[in-house]
Amino acid sequence: MKPITIVKVVCFAAALIPAAALARGLYAALVLGDVNALTANPGDYITDQTGTWTITFLTIALSVTPLRRLTGWNDLIKLRRMLGLFAFFYATLHMLTWVVFVNYFDVPSMIVDVAKRPFITVGMATFLILLMLAVTSNRFAIRKLGRRWQRLHRLVYVAGILAVVHFWWLVKADITLPRRWAFAIGSLLLFRVWWANRGRLSLRS
Amino acid sequence: MLIKKASDIRSSEITPKSVYLGRREFIQASAAALVAAGVPSLAHAAQGGLAKLPNVRKSPLSTTETPSLYEHVTSYNNFYEFAPGAGDGPKNNSKNFKPRPWKIRIDGHVAKPADYDIDEFIKPYALEERVYRLRCVEAWSFVIPWVGIPMADVIKRVQPTSSAKFVEMTTLHDVGRFPMQRTDLLQWPYLEGLRLDEAQNPLTLLAVGLYGEVLPAQNGAPIRLIVPWKYGFKGVKSIVRIRFVENQPRNTWQIMAPQEYGFYANVNPGVDHPRWSQARERRLPSFVPNRKTEMFNGYTDQVAHMYKGMDLRRNY
Repeated sequence: MKPITIVKVVCFAAALIPAAALARGLYAALVLGDVNALTANPGDYITDQTGTWTITFLTIALSVTPLRRLTGWNDLIKLRRMLGLFAFFYATLHMLTWVVFVNYFDVPSMIVDVAKRPFITVGMATFLILLMLAVTSNRFAIRKLGRRWQRLHRLVYVAGILAVVHFWWLVKADITLPRRWAFAIGSLLLFRVWWANRGRLSLRS
Repeated sequence: MLIKKASDIRSSEITPKSVYLGRREFIQASAAALVAAGVPSLAHAAQGGLAKLPNVRKSPLSTTETPSLYEHVTSYNNFYEFAPGAGDGPKNNSKNFKPRPWKIRIDGHVAKPADYDIDEFIKPYALEERVYRLRCVEAWSFVIPWVGIPMADVIKRVQPTSSAKFVEMTTLHDVGRFPMQRTDLLQWPYLEGLRLDEAQNPLTLLAVGLYGEVLPAQNGAPIRLIVPWKYGFKGVKSIVRIRFVENQPRNTWQIMAPQEYGFYANVNPGVDHPRWSQARERRLPSFVPNRKTEMFNGYTDQVAHMYKGMDLRRNY
């Protein structure tokens, strides 16, 4: 087996751990009746967890290319789609927590949420971008879209920035975490800008 | 004899404490074993283990709704002096908190300003149990059997002068006891205030305990404010100063985010928080909103008269 295949299998298994932990918590809470399995406020807990894992996988997926450039290990590219799809997977769960735990399927209340509350608007925009990228992540779409595919998939940076904005706007007082994610995603974006301009700068000097 | 028996029954009756209490320690000791067994066991560890409060009277102002689990009420807290955000941070970070010695200062426009030791301060008053709904501004709620003294009784004793129109209450400012006060998370110390008539309302309570026992640190030991028709953040914890003032005092969350939190903070399903609806709430531990939020948190009969003619949309 090639090393990258092993890495890919390990990453896949690891990426499922947060979902498995939540599933175990749900089982303990709903089936076993353990009222402490997911804290006193399980709806908020699951919403926070899935949100955190979305931005985590988004950041990891965004770091694949910089890492490939820095290490020269080109096979790393084979992880990118999978990691991006995990970001979409957790984003979907996160969006569903909003549908179920926050709005309890109340459509008018969801419309008000999206229209009136900027952090929800931004969150929804992030989800729609990830959805668009997920459905165009297969080989067929890549072939069909040709050069436009890469341009489309640069939207992942927009998704990253919007995810940080969403987080920043929803916290009440403690901006420690959103600031950390802003730094991480900002650095990755800066790396890309620097890398793209690197050739030009070195030519000049 | 009879009276003694009644008081014995009270706490266990009102207090279906979580059968899971003590589980946390057990998990820390043997996490793997417990997970493998998958059991919410250790039944009957029913006490919070804190000092029981003696001679507590029941109150007709109590709701008959079922109290929330003790374990939840004491492990899902907002207490920024210990940890940011709602959760078990305040419980975990307050293990070494000592609510004694404790001084409380009464000053401002009163006939009898004084510094009290907390126990002396409480002594003259009869303790009452008040089972109240608690509605957090973040759209969740509990039902909590508080033990405390009516604020109106305290006000009667300290005799505010005619210049006293508001009451300002302050949390202890001590970075040794409240670790987060080293940061600039909030403006310290935490401040809250009430109009004098709100403070004198029969519902307003200075709580010193819950579920028949003294307050745990994370719930605001040794003394905190309870105003059940207002959002939870009005209930300033670990109070060291009660000042009678002429002008409307500032309160911490209004200082932090004036577009989101006001001075009055009356529970009102018709006035949304800018970031979420206040129309419904989760009576914890529900996953989903399972109750319509009531005007004044269901205390309209006792408090609505104080706000007659006021625009509650503007005075949020």
